[in-house]
Amino acid sequence: MSMPFPHAVVIGASAGGVQALRDVLACFPARFHAPVLVVQHIPRDRPSGLPALFDSSCALPVAEAEDKEPLCPGVVLFAPPDYHLLVEDRATVSLSRDEPVLYSRPAIDPLFESAAEVFGDGLLAILLTGASSDGSAGVAAVRREGGTVWVQDPAEAVAPVMPASAIAHAGADAIVTLRDLCRRLGSFTS
Amino acid sequence: MPRLVLEALMSAETELFDLELKILLEAVYLRYHYDFRHYAVSSLRRRMRHAMGRYGLERLSDLQHRVIHDPAFFAEAMQYFTVQVSEMFRDPAYFAALREHAIPVLKTYPSIKVWIAGCSTGEEVWSMAILLEEEGLLDRAVIYATDINPAALEAAESGVFALDRMALFCRNYQAAGGRRSLSDYFTTGYGGAVFDRRLKKQVVFADHSLATDAVFSEVHLVSCRNVLIYFNRELQDRAVGLFHDSLVRRGFLGLGAKESLQFGAHAEAFEACAPQQRLYRRAAT
Repeated sequence: MSMPFPHAVVIGASAGGVQALRDVLACFPARFHAPVLVVQHIPRDRPSGLPALFDSSCALPVAEAEDKEPLCPGVVLFAPPDYHLLVEDRATVSLSRDEPVLYSRPAIDPLFESAAEVFGDGLLAILLTGASSDGSAGVAAVRREGGTVWVQDPAEAVAPVMPASAIAHAGADAIVTLRDLCRRLGSFTS
Repeated sequence: MPRLVLEALMSAETELFDLELKILLEAVYLRYHYDFRHYAVSSLRRRMRHAMGRYGLERLSDLQHRVIHDPAFFAEAMQYFTVQVSEMFRDPAYFAALREHAIPVLKTYPSIKVWIAGCSTGEEVWSMAILLEEEGLLDRAVIYATDINPAALEAAESGVFALDRMALFCRNYQAAGGRRSLSDYFTTGYGGAVFDRRLKKQVVFADHSLATDAVFSEVHLVSCRNVLIYFNRELQDRAVGLFHDSLVRRGFLGLGAKESLQFGAHAEAFEACAPQQRLYRRAAT
């Protein structure tokens, strides 16, 4: 149940994700010493507004990622509309306009796969509610590289398809309710 | 206290993949003089995995084998090394910012040169030509449209785009402050939209690599959008250095919506003109 402090955290969410993210991001302790990267499926053609939305409820600073932005411990970066967010190396993110994945850009798979390749067993990936199967390949990559995956319990998710698909495709280290998730995140203290 | 640690976290498998990737890029460079060695590795890894899936190859070294032994195969596989996705008037606010900030200055010159660096299949080139035409500048402008991909350059020069993309292009054009109707600039036939030849009479399509080639002209505006994101920081610095050396004093540089000079070596050499739209000017000094 308990795991060592992760080197990085990636979170993927789709339909119903904004509400779930509000709960999850509020649970990160103020002195959380790992970068947090988030892909929430959003429309491609308008500003996402996500950082502003979570700014007041999250103890950590929240921002939209820029290309080649440094990865900072304790900073939450969101994928911008119409770009995939990727982990370039242990210190940097990259953006890309490669093809949409399952009609989404940003998509969860590119973030999870690139983060898995860089952070290996130091990665914690969290997959939340959603109605597509984006994230399944990403979860498989994270687990293949030795990282830890927590998937929201489909029974609780607003849209169960995404977590259920990932569990069926790649399994999970834990299937968690938002309440469990919160407790686990809260236990990461410096 | 936990923090980013510097010991290797990658799995042995990823390390091997990276080794094969390095060898592949070196081989492509030695064989064809295309230099992808300083491209951003995160999206290259992804695209190479796609290529392996597409061609049914188990290892990246299998791709390398085919690439170096078969130039025709490499030409086809080029699409996995470079990204060819664009739209006309993509990020309309950028073109609106050009109209508002750059055009009035460009109008003060007797002749102007514009460099579309990494023009891919030409959407930005034709957009720029239309913008200059509407501002009465096209006749005294030269537009250099450069890319490393011969197939993309050929597509760019043809000025033919799929009809099903036109609705999006028209929306973008209107949002960018277009003065007419985009359909005034193209005719349709055979399932495609063919843009008016007249728009490209001032356009020079040319092969140019931001990774290996030098400055070739003095220009008043460089527009290079969503190209730098595919480079690592070292290559980004090289490319921005080329733009800087190419620009006239106080010349304009336009980047993609999420590209920024702030993490690079030339941050001080430019000042933001329309920061939200990523329009910069070469600093006076």
